[in-house]
Amino acid sequence: MLTLEKRPQPSKAFAYLTPIFAIVMTMIFGGLLFMALGKNPFEAIRTIFWDPLFGEFAFYYRPQLLVKGGPLILIAIGLSLGFKAGIWNIGAEGQYIIGAICGAGAGLAFYPMEAWFIFPIMVIAGALGGWAWAMIPALLKVKFQTNEILVSLMLVYVAEQLLASMSLGLLKNPDGHGFPGSRNLKDYPSAFNDEIITGTGMHWGVLAAFIAVIFAYVLLNRHMLGYSIRLTGEAPRAAKFSSVNPTRIILFCLGTSGALAGLAGMFEVAGPSGQISIDFNSGYGFTAIIVAFLGRLHPVGIFFAGLLMALTYIGGEMAQGNLGLPGAAIQLFQGMLLFFLLAVDLLTNYRIKLSRKEAV
Amino acid sequence: MGHPGKERRVTGTLLTIDGLTKAYPGVVANDTVSFEIKAGEVHALLGENGAGKSTLVKMIYGLVKPDSGTMLMNGEVFAPAEPRAARASGVAMVFQHFSLFDALDVAENIALGMENPPPMRDLAARIRTVSEEYGLPLDPFRTVGDLSAGERQRVEIIRCLLQDPKLLIMDEPTSVLTPQEVDILFETLRKLTAEGVAILYISHKLEEIRMLCDAATILRLGKNVGTCVPAETSARDMAELMVGTELQTPKSTGATLGDVVLDISGLSMPSPSAFGTALKNVHLRLRAGEVLGIGGVAGNGQDEMLLALSGEVRVDADAIKLKGAPVGKLAPNARRALGLLTAPEERLGHAAAPDMSLTENALLTGNVRKGLSQRGFLKWAKTQAFAEEIIEKFDVRTPGPDNAARSLSGGNLQKFVIGREVLQEPEVLVVNQPTWGVDASAAAAIRQAILDLAAGGTAVIVISQDLDELMEVADNFAALNEGRLTETRPTKGLTIDEIGLMMGGAHGMEVAHADA
Repeated sequence: MLTLEKRPQPSKAFAYLTPIFAIVMTMIFGGLLFMALGKNPFEAIRTIFWDPLFGEFAFYYRPQLLVKGGPLILIAIGLSLGFKAGIWNIGAEGQYIIGAICGAGAGLAFYPMEAWFIFPIMVIAGALGGWAWAMIPALLKVKFQTNEILVSLMLVYVAEQLLASMSLGLLKNPDGHGFPGSRNLKDYPSAFNDEIITGTGMHWGVLAAFIAVIFAYVLLNRHMLGYSIRLTGEAPRAAKFSSVNPTRIILFCLGTSGALAGLAGMFEVAGPSGQISIDFNSGYGFTAIIVAFLGRLHPVGIFFAGLLMALTYIGGEMAQGNLGLPGAAIQLFQGMLLFFLLAVDLLTNYRIKLSRKEAV
Repeated sequence: MGHPGKERRVTGTLLTIDGLTKAYPGVVANDTVSFEIKAGEVHALLGENGAGKSTLVKMIYGLVKPDSGTMLMNGEVFAPAEPRAARASGVAMVFQHFSLFDALDVAENIALGMENPPPMRDLAARIRTVSEEYGLPLDPFRTVGDLSAGERQRVEIIRCLLQDPKLLIMDEPTSVLTPQEVDILFETLRKLTAEGVAILYISHKLEEIRMLCDAATILRLGKNVGTCVPAETSARDMAELMVGTELQTPKSTGATLGDVVLDISGLSMPSPSAFGTALKNVHLRLRAGEVLGIGGVAGNGQDEMLLALSGEVRVDADAIKLKGAPVGKLAPNARRALGLLTAPEERLGHAAAPDMSLTENALLTGNVRKGLSQRGFLKWAKTQAFAEEIIEKFDVRTPGPDNAARSLSGGNLQKFVIGREVLQEPEVLVVNQPTWGVDASAAAAIRQAILDLAAGGTAVIVISQDLDELMEVADNFAALNEGRLTETRPTKGLTIDEIGLMMGGAHGMEVAHADA
């Protein structure tokens, strides 16, 4: 009989190995899934993981890795801070949308003026928007002990309604012949989040993601606030004993993750997406949850996990186009990755033991 | 010493244990343990934490299956595969930690543990009969959440007695009782043995074993190291058999007391949790160099007292004064800066974070007084040096400061937790249950550290349920009873009866207990 036995120490080796195990298992079971759909599993896996990087059209897809990975990393870094403290912001998608609306709104308010300060104002507006949206579950949790998982998740749907109303109303392009959606910010140089180095996909949001990775690393490993966050997640009572103020941790973690998600939304709408439209959001806020866990809530891990998840997005689109795989299969594939990661994660703290049957 | 009495009276032997062995990864919990329990005797099972007592009784109760060895019950092979089989053979057990539901009443709790519970009214009547017969009064319709620890234990005992057991196993039964309640329990146990029930009594309290038990088996590191007749053996001899070495009795140097450093007046605090205890108008003055022992039965406000003093729960500013300065509204770190340090009872999860390294755990309380950060940025090298200092000075057995707190044994982690506070040179140190679940040599080291600290002029409050410990280290004694603190009295000259009365007498035996 197999039994689980708690390790005296969490295994360092398994902490690094589990993401790789999870990826391999996802490939195997994803392959089976694709086979059941009547596709060649090896071709499908190759299309998702290999072709975007080394295939014929890699020159086009490689920059996409940063374009898609940037927002995922930026959001996941913010989420990981809260997750480390046991604060579950599931509503990054909503904060992302509100950040995009505020950022785009601030930019469009100046249209058609051209000035250097418009883009920085949009950045601040985007961050503030996401922060404010996250403050709703934060304050409700602090004041009324509501569950931040439910509140933040429900606010995603509110944000989506707000997005629809904005693209049909307040932010609708006056010259758009009645089509929903805002002016395209790509045609407004002062507000456009352009590539910093042409052809690399590296826009200001990607730079912000890199900075966030470094900031989070220093915070968690070198600063008292980061220590307090980790302590709160590990042992809440010990944290209180250590003089950590739980209210401050809740406000900081939710606020920061909201602001970073807002920034991601703003950079996205001002750059790759270009305009506020009813469905401009593509689920980055939810996928970032997978990214945060796949990266083991570690800033550097999240960086690589973000790129990997971006790869499945790009490869998934290719598989949809070339092999006719349904879009849902790709989402299932991404979900599988999180599922296997959480399952294999058990081995960090436990080891499997073969034993004779024993009455318990 | 301690030759096993080999006079075989087959009729008198209830349970024969022969060569029981049980190994877990890395440790042999029981190594060919053999002894006999006779019908109608109270048989003590003695040993330090980790000596293998629990594993042994779990095998008897069918919770754990032995690797090898046999048991005979009344001459027949006894190998219970599960607790139900053990209960069917007449084995009952009262656990140290009760498995009761606070929100249900006594009869409902007892019905939950029965195979075929009778209708509630019949059950209540039976509970009344049995409880009166054995001198353990208990109202079947009271909610368990409202009962004292002693009364909860009665619920567990009566649950066992309803099964008409032949062998009753009791795990550390007196740790939750006042001396008066202990007397009542012993009366009950004697009555049971007179009826032929055998009792396997697990304890490390040597004096009560000498009073109560007819025979004792002593375990050390999983082995049976001797059997003796407790009444004819001195407590010290038994202790040394348990520990295997000569015990160092902590010595107080008897420093003179200085000025009042901690002044608690009118400290009241609502209970921070649903089944906690509110503190009611606590008064207390503590002088430099004094060790004050606070006794009391578990759940009478000990944990709340620590929360109020550590700053985890804020109270009126003036209720707690440290060297004249009101600190009641201050956070834990602000109090630490002023010299008020605390060490909570629960090591894993409260005093230390289980999955964090010892270095990180050193930072948990050491940041302010040891200067382990600058403008919020951590000095890991200095923190690690502090952790290493604790490990070295307090003889914490661990490969190094990078190990997780939960990888340490209870005694070693407790030495770390106490050492962390002691090395910060506190003005006032408050410790709750400093030696709970700690082996005898670690306990002696911790008590010595407390006495040394007091000799250096620190005022110390030791909150403990171990009266022997308090008598050993404390200059003065007070007791918590339902959230109230008694007058402080010098430890010298206090009789066990007086202490018992201070702790609230026998809970639930008085007609009404609104006194205190």
